[in-house]
Amino acid sequence: MYEILEKQALNPTVTKMVVHAPLVARKAQPGQFIIFRASEDGERVPLTIADYDREKGTVTIIFQIVGSATMELNALNQGECIHDFVGPLGTPSRLEGLQRVAVVGGGVGCAIAYPTAKKLHELGAQVDSIIGFRNKDLVILEPEFEAVSSRVLKMSDDGSWGEKGLVTNALEALIQAGNKYDEVIAIGPLVMMKFVCALTKRYEISTTVSMNPIMIDGTGMCGGCRLTVGGKTKFACVDGPDFDGHQVDFDEAMVRGGIYRDFEARSREKTCALLAKEVK
Amino acid sequence: MPNMSLHKCPMPSQEPEVRNKNFSEVALGYTPEMAVGEAQRCLNCKNKPCVSGCPVGIDIPAFLAKAAKEDFEGAYGVLSASTALPAVCGRVCPQESQCEGKCVRGIKGDPVGIGRLERFIADWHREHSDKTPKTPVKNGHKVAVIGSGPSGLTAAGELAKMGYEVTVYEALHTAGGVLVYGIPEFRLPKEIVRREIEGLTKIGVKVETNVVIGRTLTVDELFEAGNEAIFIGSGAGLPRFMGIPGEQLCGVYSANEFLTRINLMKAYKEDAKTPLLHAKSVAVVGGGNVAMDAARSAKRLGAEQVYVVYRRGMEELPARKEEIEHAIEEGIIFKTLSNPIEVLGDEHGSVRGMVCQEMELGEPDASGRRRPVEKEGCTFTLDVDCMIMSIGTSPNPLIRSTTPGLETNRHGCIVTDGEGGATTREGVYAGGDAVTGAATVILAMGAGKSAAHAIDEYIKSKQ
Repeated sequence: MYEILEKQALNPTVTKMVVHAPLVARKAQPGQFIIFRASEDGERVPLTIADYDREKGTVTIIFQIVGSATMELNALNQGECIHDFVGPLGTPSRLEGLQRVAVVGGGVGCAIAYPTAKKLHELGAQVDSIIGFRNKDLVILEPEFEAVSSRVLKMSDDGSWGEKGLVTNALEALIQAGNKYDEVIAIGPLVMMKFVCALTKRYEISTTVSMNPIMIDGTGMCGGCRLTVGGKTKFACVDGPDFDGHQVDFDEAMVRGGIYRDFEARSREKTCALLAKEVK
Repeated sequence: MPNMSLHKCPMPSQEPEVRNKNFSEVALGYTPEMAVGEAQRCLNCKNKPCVSGCPVGIDIPAFLAKAAKEDFEGAYGVLSASTALPAVCGRVCPQESQCEGKCVRGIKGDPVGIGRLERFIADWHREHSDKTPKTPVKNGHKVAVIGSGPSGLTAAGELAKMGYEVTVYEALHTAGGVLVYGIPEFRLPKEIVRREIEGLTKIGVKVETNVVIGRTLTVDELFEAGNEAIFIGSGAGLPRFMGIPGEQLCGVYSANEFLTRINLMKAYKEDAKTPLLHAKSVAVVGGGNVAMDAARSAKRLGAEQVYVVYRRGMEELPARKEEIEHAIEEGIIFKTLSNPIEVLGDEHGSVRGMVCQEMELGEPDASGRRRPVEKEGCTFTLDVDCMIMSIGTSPNPLIRSTTPGLETNRHGCIVTDGEGGATTREGVYAGGDAVTGAATVILAMGAGKSAAHAIDEYIKSKQ
């Protein structure tokens, strides 16, 4: 059992938890993920590692409350335990040797982009961060990005925070202003990553994306997380989750990501009802 | 005087039209009277041909003799001296090609129902005996076992009985490996697996779930933690796909994923939290035991048509005969001499059909089986909304890529030397599917048992 040492709502739909998981903390690196089950009969769900503290033996996760599994996780409080918490899974991001990098984060994807930006900063790279949210209420990790970036470009869909516009607008402006990047790292919704990649392909800038497909075991056994990358079938859990964004078939990934949409909607309602009952 | 009936006592089972709608066990097991009668069919041959057919070398005539005298607990004692998982083996071993295949009674009539009796004895013990097993005297040496499937559990049980302090590391949240994620409830109830593992923990085996060797810990770190030897039983690995158009459509599963959702995650239950598509018409591609499990599970989930699509003929199906017969009884349709060439999708990216090439059998190939060749111009389309690929696996890269000195062959399987499963790395032994590629539960158990003895010799030789 894995104790929740800290719990904090970053915004109404995004929660941060610091979890006691010493074996995971000892090995965790940016780009890797864990799989949790909130309860004994819970679903296995992957979450990217947002931060870790090897000395304290803790792993930080930041998650959006989107389905019944994350709802169930969010119902746990500080001092309570997560039933299963396994990792670190996946291949760590390859960040060594990069000098100038644009890190693009969208929504809760910023939780994954942040440890990458932090690690790059520690390695001495110059990091330009572009972070985007739907509106000002959903903003997370702003000071954290400020601390590790040369500059932070802030975008919101409705203009209520930073500039009004998309992260791709900001990235293109930086490129057109003459900024040269060894690498663009984009982490966020599939559609955002797709358009970042379309843009960087035009400018011929190498781009890495972090994929988060449906997964069960996360260790290379079930094949549920397969993607088409460069025309070949790849497994996000062992071959990824980082991939060359110019090779990823995003349209296919978007369709596959929606396989269980109906089930999830029903399941979410049920969990809502169940949790509401418990509260009463 | 032995019972000279030529026929094996039939196994009471659920009726096909009843069982193909539920996940309860198909076979119901012998009554004590049936067990005694069947055990009395054994002639107690001096040269014991049956034992030579058993990968873990159970003294079969001895356990049958005790069963014939109604000494069921005594029979269990004989079984458990050689196998760590008798209730499992009695259910899933291919006895027809092992012990029962060698039985003298099989020359004229049916062989003795050794598998059914093994199952009966193991079940009887579980339900009636409250004897706690003796905890072996510890010898002060530590061994780590990677994977809690049949090979790992067997190795762990053998080593614990010899006095070793054994820790089994399991990547998933439940121990049992393929016994819990792969083989369905209707063939092997998970409660039975749980109880068999509980038996191992009672003799001192420690099981650590949620630890992925190659990620959470490495083989080197297991040595640093004081283990003197390591057994790798990490299983078969990544599912293979055919590489045909449409394989990424929604509704195309690997058998591993489909069965894991059902067995490990209990997606067959009404209130399950893990989703699964409930298809109307399903095609399972492949002809092995896993394909039969997937097809029969799909039927139980309510599919109206379930096809097994296989490129060779009925005679060449690699699955056990009993599994094929059960599948046919339950209404599975076999489309043999058919090879999928394309999966068709609808406007939502979901499977709507599968195009197959008709095949015919040509000359025998390297495996001795007749090679399927395309029948020119003959294709047909199956209307299916789900396709399950059950054409094998390729080994998991996590351990080989993080363990210096551990050699693998060109397929990625761990290279071992001799029966004991010694790898190219000193102190590291391996067995089961990680070495052989996908095979059976009992072969993995045999490998685990031999490796345990090799590990014992190795550790003793160092002192």
